[in-house]
Amino acid sequence: MSTLRTEEMTLNMGPQHPSTHGVLRFVVRADGEVMREAIPDVGYLHRSIEKIAEKVGYHGFMPYTDRVDYVCAMFTNQGWGSACERLGHIEVPKRGEYCRVIAAEFNRLASHLLSIGTMGMDIGAMTPFTHAIREREMINDLIEELCGARLTFNYMRIGGVAWDLPPGWREKASAYLDHLEPILDEFNNLLSFNQIYVQRLANIGIITAAEAIDYNLVGPNLRGCGIKWDIRKDIPYSVYPDFDFDIPIGNGQWGTLGDSMDRYMVRVYEMRESVKILRQALAKIPSGPVLAKVPRNFKPPAGECQIRVESARGDMGWYVVSDGTGYPWRVHVRTGSFAAMGIIQKLSRGLMIADLVTLIASLDVIAPEIDR
Amino acid sequence: MEPLQILERLKNQFGDRVLEVADRKLDPFAVVDPKSIVEIGRFLKSDPELQMDCLSNQSGVDYKDHIAVVYHFFSYQKRHGAVLKVKLPRDNPSIETLENVWKSANWMEREIFDLLGVNFEGHSDMRRILLPEDWQGYPLRKDFVEPLEYHGISTVRESPIIRLDTKKK
Repeated sequence: MSTLRTEEMTLNMGPQHPSTHGVLRFVVRADGEVMREAIPDVGYLHRSIEKIAEKVGYHGFMPYTDRVDYVCAMFTNQGWGSACERLGHIEVPKRGEYCRVIAAEFNRLASHLLSIGTMGMDIGAMTPFTHAIREREMINDLIEELCGARLTFNYMRIGGVAWDLPPGWREKASAYLDHLEPILDEFNNLLSFNQIYVQRLANIGIITAAEAIDYNLVGPNLRGCGIKWDIRKDIPYSVYPDFDFDIPIGNGQWGTLGDSMDRYMVRVYEMRESVKILRQALAKIPSGPVLAKVPRNFKPPAGECQIRVESARGDMGWYVVSDGTGYPWRVHVRTGSFAAMGIIQKLSRGLMIADLVTLIASLDVIAPEIDR
Repeated sequence: MEPLQILERLKNQFGDRVLEVADRKLDPFAVVDPKSIVEIGRFLKSDPELQMDCLSNQSGVDYKDHIAVVYHFFSYQKRHGAVLKVKLPRDNPSIETLENVWKSANWMEREIFDLLGVNFEGHSDMRRILLPEDWQGYPLRKDFVEPLEYHGISTVRESPIIRLDTKKK
């Protein structure tokens, strides 16, 4: 009989791996199938967006912001737009703000659908993924009518949105919401109560509330730990105070509070809240202009500010320094995925290698948002 | 608490070590002595009236005559925030790490080290995070010149617009 080999093994997961959702690399130190540690290695997609901002000016940077988070580009648009408006003291017309909220919430639905679908796929359930993509395509149809793009949505401008809603779009959007709402329940029944699914997610990657704050987790990852915190409610921006909606939080329904399942469930429940907001926004949208008058050569007075918006991946902070010229002096984007990657090394200790896949999916990290 | 009250409280506690309070800006901020950043950080986190449990953002800015590191603190319990800045010399900027106070500082400090070349003393893992290990220079510095090649791979690309022009000739 030969002796068993017992030394530690180093594995590379990525940079190209179907479950990392982008170019991400993990150096996994494993003892058999149990991970000692998974060390994230990022930077494969780094394009120095922040440096580009210093070279192209305020209006010119708007299309680049889409690339910071290509799955939900509306929020990066909105964050950059709001930061510039705050620097330049520009007031966005009411209808413009409503258009922004409608576009952004549709984008949140699209992003969460993708997140939930790929999460199912990472565990081995292919069907929910195809269903999610089908729904996402319908949302893409709607957004395409708004801005002409299906991936890097670019609808917003500094001072509002580029165009008004097309004729008949509101009815179409409402009809789509009627179609989507029962599907969300169906989805839940198809995936969320599946025995295998629950066992793969519950009690895996538990993050306590104190840890989540210490590591600066945001969005659904933070709310999954049971903290009721949403920028839309707690530091209201845009026209969100006009709407009535709840903030779902994790409750440890299937395992421990703050596990992967909780983070997943928060996303499922959040989609229903988005539908609620959309219905109210589509009904209440006022008339008027959608774009404030902003000079072509936009030169905000010297100063600096930070804007926080609630993106699908959580609190997205734009820190912008202006020196009074037409080009920003410094732009820094604080994103949810960057912080979420920081905690993976700690969470991975003692998990199985297969659990790393669900861990990445449940934190919903996206490569361009980490690297920028 | 309002941001100005927080900065006032810091001023009372640390006196001369809070060098400047800029109150007429969109986001009021205080410039503090780099040597006491950890002490101030611990105070912000532990003071019962402030309870800044989250370091939500950390970014570096190159101002040509100095490099500033900007800290955005936030408190989930009290729902307020504060902005602090430190000014560091441009040649060999160095400051103590806040990693032992807030875990989130770990990655954000690595990013500032990578892109602006600020050294964080006492950091557990001070290496480049976004760029390759052997990259020369710090891209977000204002005087950074992009190298023409990296390991034999040219970083200069022919502009398609110029090529169209030469075809005409």
